Amino acid sequence: MSQDPNARSGPGFNRRDFIKGSGAAIAATAAVTAAQEAIAQDAPAKISTAGPHKVTLQVNGKTHELMLEPRVVLLDALRNDLNLTSCKEVCDRSACGACTVLIDGKPIYACTRLAIECQGQKIETTESLANGDGVDVVIDKFVEHDGMQCGFCTPGFAMAVRGFCNMHPKASKEDCRKGLGGNICRCGTYDGVLNAAYEAAQKGGA
Amino acid sequence: MRNFEYARPDTEAEALEFLADHQGQTAVLAGGTDLMNLLRADLVQPKRVVDLKPISSLREITAMDGGVKIGALVTLTELARDPMLADYRSLIDVVDGVRAVQVQSAGTIGGDLCHLPNCWYFRNGYGLLGIDGAESLVSEGDNRYHAILGNQGPAKFVNASRFAPSAIAWNAKVRIIGPAPDQAEWVPLEYFYITPKTNGQGNTILKPGQLVSHVWLPDPGVLTSATYEVLQMQGLDWPLASASATLDIENGLVREARIVMGHVAPVPWVAQEAARFLLGNPVNDDTAGRAADMAVARATPLSMNEYKVQLARTAVKRAVLKAAGQWEGVNLP
Repeated sequence: MSQDPNARSGPGFNRRDFIKGSGAAIAATAAVTAAQEAIAQDAPAKISTAGPHKVTLQVNGKTHELMLEPRVVLLDALRNDLNLTSCKEVCDRSACGACTVLIDGKPIYACTRLAIECQGQKIETTESLANGDGVDVVIDKFVEHDGMQCGFCTPGFAMAVRGFCNMHPKASKEDCRKGLGGNICRCGTYDGVLNAAYEAAQKGGA
Repeated sequence: MRNFEYARPDTEAEALEFLADHQGQTAVLAGGTDLMNLLRADLVQPKRVVDLKPISSLREITAMDGGVKIGALVTLTELARDPMLADYRSLIDVVDGVRAVQVQSAGTIGGDLCHLPNCWYFRNGYGLLGIDGAESLVSEGDNRYHAILGNQGPAKFVNASRFAPSAIAWNAKVRIIGPAPDQAEWVPLEYFYITPKTNGQGNTILKPGQLVSHVWLPDPGVLTSATYEVLQMQGLDWPLASASATLDIENGLVREARIVMGHVAPVPWVAQEAARFLLGNPVNDDTAGRAADMAVARATPLSMNEYKVQLARTAVKRAVLKAAGQWEGVNLP
């Protein structure tokens, strides 16, 4: 499997690793039965059968090869196969925004994209906002304006704001209010998020 | 979610070939905002999903036959930004009403036109008619978001498309291709939608193996247009009622008018009497209000949705005023 063994810290046993381990076993079994298909898969086929296929995803600047069935949504691939758990599953029906990621710079609900659709595209999760020495202006502004409480919706909100700023640099507060209705926060931190979004947009999204 | 094959055609003809297999038990994938939820709820069980996104001809916006041809895969964001579409204000109003960058980025005009109803009986597996045995769950149950017009037959859902009222008010046509790879036909969008009599009929004229490839709008010329959607709150949601108006006003008098209501009937509802009343009249608060009265005069609300009559009336009045440049909007708190 594609999982980088160094990506996780510590050898401890926890629920997430247990679930992932059993999932990997199932996937491995399926991979054997699909071996013949996989051989024919080197040039991306126009029709992928219902079994697992090699799916290549570019996430946060790294290339990952996964064995996925066509029905696997990007959200599940990111969380279950790549351990990028900032991408949250909440409503699972494109209404709450907690799973928002950027695909080629555009904010998209990861629960409504098939992973297999995203091959060749650049996927960014909230983890990408903290690369290198500093953090993205969006995170700075969220902290400055206290745009979170329990924090569960925050990664999705941060990516929605990041994508919104890419698309609407110099947006007005009213633009932010209208454009960012696709995320729900049960704690009600909207005011802080709105201020953070507005100031991030004033910085031109840079 | 059930498993399925995934197909990536490069051309329209190839898409139709891929759709024809499995006795037509296939589904078209564009932005995924509707299909993914239908798959997850097991409301459709395609053997194969055909992803149209690689087909470049479906992404283009080009001039054609005294109008503009818009590919079905053009997203809401692209639509609102394209200079060729800047004068179709009523369509851009619709994009503004979709309060989520995620849906604006992923959603496509073709997908919106084909969006299945959001009726909660349909979404919970009781079919478009919302029936359990012989009983209409809609008539007997919670029908607060259901139809107030065209609801005297078994269908009581409302058409979900947000672009359809504005596009029909522009006399839009849609290009339907398939089922044979060389088959293509332009159909007025107004006649694309049907009110089903049975659960199996669907709510459009699309047959298995067909898809909407393009939308055509006539040149705007001197016409002006607007859409007014009544939204319950400020976030991402479907309108409770909407209306689009396209007007030709010369020397202060209406020469031509089209008014279409959305989310009030199983099909986008063309308000012919209201439009006819405006002809030869100036647009003002009084005439717009009287046109709006006519638009809802034949409403037959269900047990819980009488409030929608007033909302639809308000949508028509404000859409007409807005199209005539006389509606500045209300200030949000």
